[in-house]
Amino acid sequence: MSALFILLGASLLVAGAFLIAFIWSVKTGQYDDDYTPSVRMLFDETLASSSKKEAAGMAKPDAQIHSTKSN
Amino acid sequence: MILEAKTETDLICCHCGETDFENPVREGTHVFCCQGCQMVYNLINKNGLCDYYVLNQTPGLNQRPEIRADKFAFLDDEHVKQKLISFTDGKQVRLTFYLPQMHCSSCIWLLENLRSLSPGIVSSRVDFPQRTVDVLYSEDLISLRKLAELLTHIGYEPHISLKDLDERSIKIIDRRRLIRLGVAGFCFGNIMMLSLPEYLSGNGVSDPNLHSLFSWLILALSLPVFFYSASEFYLSAWHGLKQRLLNIDAPIVLAIGITFFRSIYEIVTHTGAGYLDSMSGIVFFMLAGRAFQDYTHQSLSFDRDFKSYFPVSVCCKRNGEEVYVPVSQIKAGDRILIRSNELIPVDGMLFYGKALIDYSFVTGESNPVEKATGEILYAGGKQRGGEIELEVVKDVSQSYLTRLWNNSVFKEKKEKRAVFIDNLSKYFTWGLLSLALITGCYWFYQDSSKLLPAVTSILIVACPCAILLSATFTNGHIMRVLGRNGLYLKNASAIEALAASDMIIFDKTGTISQAKSAKIIYTGQELDFLGKQQIRSLARQSNHALSRAIAQELPSAPALKVDNYREYEGRGAEGDIQNVHVQMGSAQFLGISPGENAGFSTVYVKIANQIYGRFSLKNNYRKGMGAVISELGKKYKLALLSGDNDAEKNDLAKVFGITGHLCFDQSPEDKLNYILNLQKKGHRVVMIGDGLNDSGALMQSDVGIALSEDVNNFSPACDAILSAGDFEKLPHFLSFAKTAKKIILASFAISLLYNVVGLGFAMQGNLSPVTAAVLMPLSSVSILVFTALACKIAAYHIGFKLR
Repeated sequence: MSALFILLGASLLVAGAFLIAFIWSVKTGQYDDDYTPSVRMLFDETLASSSKKEAAGMAKPDAQIHSTKSN
Repeated sequence: MILEAKTETDLICCHCGETDFENPVREGTHVFCCQGCQMVYNLINKNGLCDYYVLNQTPGLNQRPEIRADKFAFLDDEHVKQKLISFTDGKQVRLTFYLPQMHCSSCIWLLENLRSLSPGIVSSRVDFPQRTVDVLYSEDLISLRKLAELLTHIGYEPHISLKDLDERSIKIIDRRRLIRLGVAGFCFGNIMMLSLPEYLSGNGVSDPNLHSLFSWLILALSLPVFFYSASEFYLSAWHGLKQRLLNIDAPIVLAIGITFFRSIYEIVTHTGAGYLDSMSGIVFFMLAGRAFQDYTHQSLSFDRDFKSYFPVSVCCKRNGEEVYVPVSQIKAGDRILIRSNELIPVDGMLFYGKALIDYSFVTGESNPVEKATGEILYAGGKQRGGEIELEVVKDVSQSYLTRLWNNSVFKEKKEKRAVFIDNLSKYFTWGLLSLALITGCYWFYQDSSKLLPAVTSILIVACPCAILLSATFTNGHIMRVLGRNGLYLKNASAIEALAASDMIIFDKTGTISQAKSAKIIYTGQELDFLGKQQIRSLARQSNHALSRAIAQELPSAPALKVDNYREYEGRGAEGDIQNVHVQMGSAQFLGISPGENAGFSTVYVKIANQIYGRFSLKNNYRKGMGAVISELGKKYKLALLSGDNDAEKNDLAKVFGITGHLCFDQSPEDKLNYILNLQKKGHRVVMIGDGLNDSGALMQSDVGIALSEDVNNFSPACDAILSAGDFEKLPHFLSFAKTAKKIILASFAISLLYNVVGLGFAMQGNLSPVTAAVLMPLSSVSILVFTALACKIAAYHIGFKLR
């Protein structure tokens, strides 16, 4: 049975560590903005890639020509 | 008038996506609608930021409206600067800009890479939900003014208002609430785990050492729940009692307290296991419910006053020099310059120049007023003519417009509380207490040893947390559904106020009529194609709103060259087109007597000395306005409060029918008092308005709904913001708010069933912790499921978007 005492202590310790981690993350503002980081992580780190794309003729801004429906 | 000769292909500006432009600027394969867009494109391209265009198609902002070069001159002022910056170490400065134009991931990307555009910028970080960017820059390399100008140049003009200078308006998120919820969840989970042996065996753990360890651990874990997480209920109940109000939190505090102390007693005396698992459970669920309900639309602001609209600085003439002075420092006697399309920030006497003032902002009157030298111009008016000079007669705080804010409505922050829930809980509480009393009396005579357990069990089981849970979760769902469909509520109490309302009051200009896309009607001798071309060519030259509207309405044939063009501010314009003299303008300008109904909204046309006819501007009512009004007229009393003149009275009388009251020429105070009178008669009023002139009425009404073409734009202080495109859904919004009440009642009935079962046990005096521990989460979870499903079904039934 004494093993149970140790395990109980250990489990509460682990759970407590997570609680402290949670409180810390709230206090440092990690829950303040729940949208921007999800977009930010998809951006390329370096700006060089875009100039390469430009050189390869991949850059988007072309005159987009639409044919309009006859009205 | 769809005579537009469209070309085979339409060009799209690859910066801003504009399709309606005449003189494309080409560069390589790229097409731009104007020089401004091309310049921004080049700047972005040069600095290797072309991903801006890869992430989204045509993400840019239109550069055509020109912004005055010295608009941000006031940022050089040290006093202003100190108030804006949040941190400085002498070299590096950090501050937050509010950029309402932010709209897509490209914006985030460009704004987070600002450092590539200027070496002075160290870093920048976007908070998209709040539409802010936090910039760190070196003061040696770039000044605050240059930084603001750079942002403006790439299309994101920072919004800096008088209010920012007075107080920090960036919202501070309450993080403590989240921590309270986290702590309650942690303790609840662990207490449940430690109580598991109790649930399974029924007699607790066989080993007495282990049993007491479990009990003490549970007790220790419940302390943070009782003393920390539940503290907001104590505060709320205390505030209620101080105002002699028995709100919903009072019986909840009673239940939590009794549960806690009885459990301590049981654990200390080894007579039982206590109900601490149930207690921490209800605290956790109730906190979760409140967090769910307090879902806010972060990017929207519901608390703006006139200060948000006013310019920060004004050009002031001092000692013969033109300097920019913060508006708050303007004193009576100063000379200020107001340029075309600028807002007058203080009451002043017209000293020099031709004033043509548009007071639509303040009064709702849509036609500009001409003022002569020596007349008093009131703050809030917009100069439509050229430059004027004013002598200030009153300080900002004493101006005509500001006076409205001295009304008591704006001074007291009235708390609009959800009365329905409190009323329900009041009956519930009294019922509960009498039940406890009866049971107490019964056991007193039968078996006095069971008196205390039975009475306390009743109070534990019948905790009104179910009412609170059903209300908070239902409100949370309703607010989300309404938000997805274009009605953004400030808080949950607005739902109840909407449901309880019996009278709806509309503003006219900007609310039921669209100020921008006014309809132009031509009356007179028929114009041939050449005539239309001539008029259009002349109208194009002018910046006046009416000329612009006329030019837009006429077919887009190639514009003709106009020689000897002359514009007479506020009166008309003339010019020679292919040697034919064309004039257009007011009746006086053309030297004829004005016809009936002629005012500023009428433009006469004279070609080669012959009067052809007149263009008149008719207010364009919002799409579906008639249907909305007649639909609402069946259930509600309606009224119209307009600051405008009564020219459209007959048209509107037909729409509103005989029961609707129509009032015209209403000042902001009149509107406020009108609503106050209705409320004194016992009406519950919903006010729908848009401008600053409605702000008093919006504040006074039970629910003030501000209508806005762009919800991220500026709307006056209100309880809800309605996106103008969703105006047609107004009757649905109101009936949906009523559904909310039914859902709350239904889920309350469900929870009452559980309570009856639990009370059955409690009154006999043998409520076991297991029964309590099963009943509590079961009732909570079934309420959560029920409210979620009921709201979805109701929304689907009405035809609302769910995602």
